[in-house]
Amino acid sequence: MAVDKRKARITAMMTGKRNSDANHLYGRNIRWGERAIHSSLWLCAALSIMTTVVIVIILGKESIGFFETVALSDFLLGTQWTPLFEPAAYGVLPIVWGTLLITFGAAVIAIPIGLASAIYLSEYASVTTRSIVKPILELLAGIPTVVYGYFALTFVTPALRAVLPELQVFNALSGAIVVGIMILPMIVTLSDNALKAVPDILRQGAYALGATSYEVTTKVVVPAGFSGILASFLLAISRAIGETMAVTLAAGATPNLSLSFFESIQTMTAYIVQVSLGDTPAGGIAYQTLFAVATLLFLITLTLNVASQWVLKKYNEVYD
Amino acid sequence: MTRRAINNQAGMGASNPLNLQPGAQWADCLSRRHRKAAVFSRVCFAVTWMAAALLGLLFYQVSSDGLRWLDWQFLSSFPSRFPERAGIKSAVVGTLYLIGLVIVIAIPIGVGAGLYLQEFATKNRLSRLVELNIANLAGVPSIVYGIIGLAIFVRGFGLERSLISGALTMSLLIMPMIIVVSREAIKTVPLSTRHAALALGATRWQTTWSHVLPTAFPGILTGIILALSRAIGETAPLIMIGALTYVAFLPEGPMDSFTALPIQIYNWVSRPQEEFHQLAAGAIIVLLGLLLLMNATAIFIRYRAETRL
Repeated sequence: MAVDKRKARITAMMTGKRNSDANHLYGRNIRWGERAIHSSLWLCAALSIMTTVVIVIILGKESIGFFETVALSDFLLGTQWTPLFEPAAYGVLPIVWGTLLITFGAAVIAIPIGLASAIYLSEYASVTTRSIVKPILELLAGIPTVVYGYFALTFVTPALRAVLPELQVFNALSGAIVVGIMILPMIVTLSDNALKAVPDILRQGAYALGATSYEVTTKVVVPAGFSGILASFLLAISRAIGETMAVTLAAGATPNLSLSFFESIQTMTAYIVQVSLGDTPAGGIAYQTLFAVATLLFLITLTLNVASQWVLKKYNEVYD
Repeated sequence: MTRRAINNQAGMGASNPLNLQPGAQWADCLSRRHRKAAVFSRVCFAVTWMAAALLGLLFYQVSSDGLRWLDWQFLSSFPSRFPERAGIKSAVVGTLYLIGLVIVIAIPIGVGAGLYLQEFATKNRLSRLVELNIANLAGVPSIVYGIIGLAIFVRGFGLERSLISGALTMSLLIMPMIIVVSREAIKTVPLSTRHAALALGATRWQTTWSHVLPTAFPGILTGIILALSRAIGETAPLIMIGALTYVAFLPEGPMDSFTALPIQIYNWVSRPQEEFHQLAAGAIIVLLGLLLLMNATAIFIRYRAETRL
């Protein structure tokens, strides 16, 4: 017996079989502690997958319940959103429109400013300036969104109303401005990284051909780093769509299909907050609207995030 | 050649400069290009500092509103209908409890998952899926986590609107962040460290526990602190799971209802009276102070780790 075992061991050694597990090879006891740790770490990683599965299951289950009562086409194409009063109407367009309005306004503010700042930091600023300004902008990113809501209500809106008296107390404009400020650091940081990754040799080549700094930046560096810049825009837009507290506080709670930035609107996120502040019984149709809206929100942001990863991968310029 | 044609070519100057004949027009054109470059760089400069000045404006607005409310009475009183008697005691205590629970729940799981993915997992389709999954989880809006928390912890597990529901929801929210930062930190540990340990006969876990983790520790800790400071400021998920906005007692166990600083701020900001806005500003100062303290700690840890290497 012993000889057989030894033979097997030697064969294993010679052929390199089972070399993935040294303990078998030398015939010692399996280290159960090691195994247990390995499995528990695996469990931790599996939890992250489970989170996604749970998110999808819960959103899906409650949404299906909702769509048993309300037709999908009524939900997606209806222009009346009054799920909390009689007569109840479940057309999601007004709150989607509110979200789009805020996001559009925020993007119009944050994209030019963010790109210009990123260009300044990566192309013009000295090392010292960069090391001062970048942390300041990152601090802006770390400020809680409820603080931006406070800022919108107590500073931005009064300041705007001094100039534009017809502005309502709750309005899309000041919501869009603070959301713009909020997504700005994201655009700056990510675009700056993308621009920094463009090799210096491209700049030097362009300068050597007689280009000015403006031409080098706009015709060489920005096109070269474009995938990263575009990805940062998409991520920032996705963030603006999911932003909750600032728009709830600043833009109000009036589902509104208006084109005007001066009126109160309601975003998808603000609606979710509004419902959860009231005492909505579980299982009711109002409770289910939460999940239908959240599913829509989840799908939109997921699409944008995946698109941004795809852009990064697809249009990534590799310099070697 | 018309002036316009020359200008067009000047625009492409870098690609075909030889077509430009030296002369008065050319010099004119060149100086225009330089002017354009100068204007552009100044615009970028101004815009950047404007954006940075926003932070100053924000701080100014908060402190001019809130500083005068900030005293011991404000810190040690419960919320009240009367602004002069209101305070943030229950909110501060609630936030501290919440963070304590999140630390206990999220850090072991998050760091564990990071360790598994970076040290143990074989690179295959599954691990790529996990990676993609984590990147996308980090992009899910916080309010969606709030809804999930409401459905699972509050309703599903019957934990009610308690501290533990809030902590579990927050843990879900910051877990992807912790996993990502742990992996980044573990990645920086040189392979030779592992080889040395393995060559001396250490098992994989012994190598991980006594060599990889200690080396990666400052990086992990920095990332964790940043993730926690995100958790401290999050409002929407807590509103979703129904953290009470009026709590005149301190929670005694994880099953008690609670309030937290951002919730209290939201509550005060959403009231119409001016005094409550100022109270909110006072609470914001406390919240920002807490965040600043955490960030400073993170920077300090990173600095010490860098100087030791």
